[in-house]
Amino acid sequence: MHFEYQVYEADFVNAGAASSAIKKTLKQLNINPSIIKRVVVALYEAEVNAIAHAYGGTIFADIESDKITVKVVDTGPGIPDIDWAMQEGNSTASPEVRNMGFGAGMGLPNIKKNVDKLNVTSKVGVGTTVEMEVNFV
Amino acid sequence: MQVKELVEKLNLKILSGENGLDREIDGCYISDLLSDVMGNAMEGDIWITLQTHKNVMAVASLKELACIILVKDLVPNTETIDQSNEEALPILQTSLPTYEIAGLVYNLLHG
Repeated sequence: MHFEYQVYEADFVNAGAASSAIKKTLKQLNINPSIIKRVVVALYEAEVNAIAHAYGGTIFADIESDKITVKVVDTGPGIPDIDWAMQEGNSTASPEVRNMGFGAGMGLPNIKKNVDKLNVTSKVGVGTTVEMEVNFV
Repeated sequence: MQVKELVEKLNLKILSGENGLDREIDGCYISDLLSDVMGNAMEGDIWITLQTHKNVMAVASLKELACIILVKDLVPNTETIDQSNEEALPILQTSLPTYEIAGLVYNLLHG
């Protein structure tokens, strides 16, 4: 099963919509609830990242019998130092975004903790691609 | 314990999501950082916070929390209330600050 969702810059009102839709699908497929929980955490963080840091992007989700693969492709400023961004507490979020309770530097670490495979690639001035995989068994 | 019992015992005001008052409470998590809640709250938790925007509901819904308690008489915005009603996930309100309400919740769950 293949799904695609668009996310838009600073569209916080709809943040979580894609995560919620994919969660519903996984529930209908009777995937193990503890695995769904991990997927949802990672997916939500990736969704919010594209909204908070990029100029929007597309979420591609592929559900197979044994795993879910998610790719979030954004156009945006890109990440100059991915190792720095992966460390808990590091964030480049604006004061407005921080006031909403985002930008604590926990997004990428939350993703890493909850997926089986993670690959972040980025080009400054072009955008970032986050690819992640969660196995169902 | 169900959410309605929490409401009665701690004299909380129900702001929205009344259809979810029979949700079962398993614990409590306190944070105003959304990623912290996303990463660490458990299904069935009460969430005590001062955040009032719609993303609070997105997080509460994705994590299947039992209810939200807003401290210091804070009022959620309309979009937050709408989603709370749609999802039957109650938003409750107290005049107390976080420390005070947290103590009362702790005694209620563990006392």
